Amino acid sequence: MSKILEDLRYADSHEWVKVEGDIATVGITDYAQHALGSIVYVDMPEEGDEVTAGEDFGAVESVKAASDLISPVSGEVVEINTALEDEPELLNQDAFANWIMKVKLSDASEVDGLLTADAYAKICEE
Amino acid sequence: MEEKLVKTCLHDRHVKQGALMSPFGGFDMPIQYVGITEEHNAVRHDVGVFDVSHMGEVRVKGPEAYKFVSHIFVNDVTGAPDGQIFYGMMCYENGGTVDDLLVYKVNDEEYFLVINAANIEKDVAWIKQNAEGFDCVVTDESPKYGEVAIQGPKAEETVEKVLGLAVKEIPFYNFKTFDVDGEEIIVSRTGYTGEDGFEVYGSHEYIVKVWDKLMEAGVQACGLGCRDTLRFEVGLPLYGDELSADITPIEASLSMFVKLDKPEFIGKEALAKQKAEGVKRRIVGIELEGSAVPRHGYAVLADGKQVGEITTGYKSISTGKSVAMAMIEKPYDKLGTPVEVQIRKKTFPGKVVKKRFYDKNYKK
Repeated sequence: MSKILEDLRYADSHEWVKVEGDIATVGITDYAQHALGSIVYVDMPEEGDEVTAGEDFGAVESVKAASDLISPVSGEVVEINTALEDEPELLNQDAFANWIMKVKLSDASEVDGLLTADAYAKICEE
Repeated sequence: MEEKLVKTCLHDRHVKQGALMSPFGGFDMPIQYVGITEEHNAVRHDVGVFDVSHMGEVRVKGPEAYKFVSHIFVNDVTGAPDGQIFYGMMCYENGGTVDDLLVYKVNDEEYFLVINAANIEKDVAWIKQNAEGFDCVVTDESPKYGEVAIQGPKAEETVEKVLGLAVKEIPFYNFKTFDVDGEEIIVSRTGYTGEDGFEVYGSHEYIVKVWDKLMEAGVQACGLGCRDTLRFEVGLPLYGDELSADITPIEASLSMFVKLDKPEFIGKEALAKQKAEGVKRRIVGIELEGSAVPRHGYAVLADGKQVGEITTGYKSISTGKSVAMAMIEKPYDKLGTPVEVQIRKKTFPGKVVKKRFYDKNYKK
């Protein structure tokens, strides 16, 4: 059974979002890392890039396949987790502790449209 | 309508063992059991077993079997001792590849052909069609055989001890038949991993017994996921990636298996012409800086234009490098040529290298 944190919001494309002020921290869920298997590369945006909710902002690569990362929010990328450049496997070790990017939200109301932990748990069960 | 997938004789074992299953060549096959990396490393450093019952087997038997096999096969089986195996291709008249295969020489009047799962129907039709006028009988024995590949540095020890088959004396690319409880079992020192190993052919019942014994002995079950990473690292082609009806063996950089000094074979004229005139493109290796992963179909760029396409690529499990095989136009195929690979929205620099990313460890 995959881990799901109560206080986060989720996208049905298996990203999590944690909002503090106008900054959203984005990562992939435990369910996603488990489904992908050994992660060998994370294709991340650059600081200053604009990301749009519902559009891809990079990819996570396992041995076998590349999987697009879909941004749950819109805004400017203010920080990326550079630790993942050298150690992509951190996502397998703890997907919630190892975020991918931080976004300065251009529309905070988008977060309200994201899934709650309970709603996301139902998607993972399907 | 969804195509009905064929199940191998080991299918219920895979499901029970919790393998991730996926369609491959019309079969419902195990992709991984515990993880591609773990299974890959088991084969490189210890031993692993693959269900390869999806492979096709065709027997050619009759007074003109040698003449017929020589006609459809680009490699030369002439003068070979009984029990020897040849790798090579069957080609169309235009040099395009029907399939790559192993030819087991039983004797001058009997050969056993091992073909790719996805091509069984097409190959059997092609072989039968071309056998007209030859005094030999072609039989598709694919449904009859199960097959496992036991691969890795400890393969010999495992087959001897766990399966009780005396295989130590079988040379590389040779086979032997064994009588096990009245059944004929074929064992060859062959594989698709770059490691020492054996492929065992027998009835479904026998192969299930073999699998159970190997599992009991703690041998790692391996899926098609690591079969691909293993064959890729040692530069072995996969039909559909590095070979196809549109790719000749010469373009695939496999000329060493095409014996143009043979009197005749289907495709000889086209391949001889291509060899003489030089190919316009060929399969090479590419090594990327960094760890972005080049994958099948991605564009290869040089001088600001597309000069080729990735056929297979991985972040190599054995070396950690991001490497690929790619079909590249001349003159960008030369070793050391700087190229870029388009991966999603970015391009990544790399260079042309030999397509062997890891050294084979055969026991010859």
